[in-house]
Amino acid sequence: MVRSGEFETIVRPHLSYLYALAVRMCGNRAVAEDVVQDALLRAFRGLAKLRNRERPRLWLTRILTTSFHDRLRAEHTSDAVSVDENFDLFDKIVEEDPFPYSDRVHLDFLELFDDIKIIEVLQRLHPSHRVALILAYVYEYKTREIAAIMNKPLGTVLAWLHRGRKQLEQDLWEYANRNRLLTPQQEAQV
Amino acid sequence: MINCKDAVSRLWAYLDRNLGRAQQEELEEHLGLCRHCCGELEFAKQIRDRLKQPGSATEVPPESRAKLETFLKGLGEKS
Repeated sequence: MVRSGEFETIVRPHLSYLYALAVRMCGNRAVAEDVVQDALLRAFRGLAKLRNRERPRLWLTRILTTSFHDRLRAEHTSDAVSVDENFDLFDKIVEEDPFPYSDRVHLDFLELFDDIKIIEVLQRLHPSHRVALILAYVYEYKTREIAAIMNKPLGTVLAWLHRGRKQLEQDLWEYANRNRLLTPQQEAQV
Repeated sequence: MINCKDAVSRLWAYLDRNLGRAQQEELEEHLGLCRHCCGELEFAKQIRDRLKQPGSATEVPPESRAKLETFLKGLGEKS
């Protein structure tokens, strides 16, 4: 039995977290808002299943993740991606040497990406890989927690994390080139 | 001892603490001798930290917060 206002009290402290997670998953504020609303509705309907009302974050995360995947299914979003298993961003930066006057080239490369660009790069990943990476590296969930959130075996999540990281390295490099983020430094050396 | 290719393939799992004890010891033995792989490990940490860095892009704008609060309140009143 839900007491009047109880749902609101449980969920309100987590609204900013849910919104930020949804923006990272969806890459779009308007879509993120819809996904959060859908998740809130599902959470409200399923509140009786919440065992620990003092710590609802994992439960809310699972619901939000389901809402996100259901929305992708409804939009028939294609999630086929190819991953080059041999791509190594660390070596690529050394080979291409985009910052010839720097002694911290790898850090310089990462500093090309503000949070908006990072979110854009994440959108190129397979949705399941993206969600696993976000949960692992932005929110520091343990792999077994991610498996519970995504309702998948541990081995599947480990494979997603591996492929997601490979794809992320590749996409960071491609994004930097496509958006000419490396150009000023390259011109400076001419 | 494992080679660099094997070591690099284990770095992220090492950061995630998902390696078995034997695999971890092999990697640490390699890292103790290989500057290149230590650099790769440091870079993997930097990528992880970059993903984690908060920014304005994920803050709830006031109009979205108002909408979500209203929606939440509406649900709360149903209970």
